[in-house]
Amino acid sequence: MLNVYNILETIRMIQEECLDIRTITMGISLLDCIDTDIDRACEKVYDKIVRKAENLVPVGQKIEKEYGIPIINKRISVTPVAMLAAACPDSDPVKFAKALQKAADTCGVNFIGGYSALVHKGFSAGDERLIRSIPEALAVTDNICSSVNIGSTKSGINMDAVKLMGQIVKQTAEKTADRDCIGAAKLVVFCNAVEDNPFMAGAFHGAGEPDCEIHVGVSGPGVVRSALSNYPDASINELADIIKKTAFKITRMGQLVGARASELLGIPFGIVDLSLAPTPAIGDSVAHILEEMGLEKCGTHGTTACLAMLNDAVKKGGVMASSTVGGLSGAFIPVSEDAGMIDAAVEGVLSIEKLEAMTAVCSVGLDMIVVPGDISPETISAIIADEAAIGMVNTKTTAVRLIPAIGKKEGETLEFGGLLGSGPVMPIRDKSAAKFINRGGRIPAPMHSLKN
Amino acid sequence: MKAVVTVIGKDNVGILHKVSGICADMGANVIEVTQSVLQDMFAMIMLIDITGLNADFSELVDKMNNLGTQLGLSIHTMHEDIFNSMHSI
Repeated sequence: MLNVYNILETIRMIQEECLDIRTITMGISLLDCIDTDIDRACEKVYDKIVRKAENLVPVGQKIEKEYGIPIINKRISVTPVAMLAAACPDSDPVKFAKALQKAADTCGVNFIGGYSALVHKGFSAGDERLIRSIPEALAVTDNICSSVNIGSTKSGINMDAVKLMGQIVKQTAEKTADRDCIGAAKLVVFCNAVEDNPFMAGAFHGAGEPDCEIHVGVSGPGVVRSALSNYPDASINELADIIKKTAFKITRMGQLVGARASELLGIPFGIVDLSLAPTPAIGDSVAHILEEMGLEKCGTHGTTACLAMLNDAVKKGGVMASSTVGGLSGAFIPVSEDAGMIDAAVEGVLSIEKLEAMTAVCSVGLDMIVVPGDISPETISAIIADEAAIGMVNTKTTAVRLIPAIGKKEGETLEFGGLLGSGPVMPIRDKSAAKFINRGGRIPAPMHSLKN
Repeated sequence: MKAVVTVIGKDNVGILHKVSGICADMGANVIEVTQSVLQDMFAMIMLIDITGLNADFSELVDKMNNLGTQLGLSIHTMHEDIFNSMHSI
């Protein structure tokens, strides 16, 4: 039974607290497009994506109107392109990136993710070639996202890939230095990557997924902060309960939108990713939730504990609201995409070291962090290795999305605009880890008994 | 199938008439209206049956949005499913 209070609460969440569906992402398998002739393969890729996703944007717009809820992005994730590149050994994988961009333009989607390779145990035929082509692919396209999985709890960390990715991240930033190094913002390095993630830049369609499916990523940090602000004197467990109830409502909306999209498109419903994804807009910040809990500034002592509670309560509230929860689910902490994080970083309260600690308890990792342009590839690799180690040992997904600000130093800022926001160049340690990184090899998988 | 129309803004002559006029034109049956005027602020929540709508639901949404712009009111037209799914288990 509808009541006035509930109706007004929903409208307030949408109008004033920035509640939205961040993305409807269609996962499309490209395994049936593999061909030894790369031009033929690109043709098949383009045809399949356009055939499957031609109605994705109009359906998204229809649902927005029906429920009065903004759907910010419509996206596509595809099979890791390295699997397709493996079949055509003498060709340039950038052709695939161009075919994906053409398909994105035709369908009108915001992003296509999946210019990816999974190399956590080693490189197979197309992997290294694809990885080496990432800087060029991200420079010549606008809406293509790339990810590389370099480690997992089951197989350890591929340190050769870690070394390579340090170079690739740097080159990607250099190739797009004239556009605020935007290329690096579309590239993420994972440990324990998930196969059904609807969020960019890390979305790809895993080989174990069905031919085509629909995922939904919700948002809503503003709603959680606002709910907490009504209880200034509540204890922490009371706050956890409020977060659970709010996450339930947000996720139910995601479930509704996903089910409707699936029905209208005639494609099976995959998962709801119940993440708190911030935007640079005022009132849409995860950092401000932590501050609402009682921190003077995000990044100070106590931040990790607050984030751990938030992340867990979001999952507890969300799982009951959806039939299938998946993806990255939790709280994101991308620095440049979160007004509160930007402030804290500019003030120097939030450091990379603190962010690293936070990633041990949040849903992803070191995200959208701008570092000085003269950073060495080995230092980037070392940061990736540290972050991957946290993911590997704690059996969780971690990721690194660093943006080396070419030509800029600490104290300066990169402006990406839109959802990606802007980020201050953050200081890093000046001592080298080059010898460690240059050793190569693999960090063995951790043991999972004798847990103390 | 039902939808909820909410109207909030400065009170004026004929708001209810205009909103329900659009409903009638498009074949939406008004089931329930809650309305109040507090210190010049008009607030109305209207529950309508959209089963017999003679056009697409999005057209009704567009017409209500246009009316809102014309009258300087905030009008939201949303399918009831969003409220039901968010607020009940």
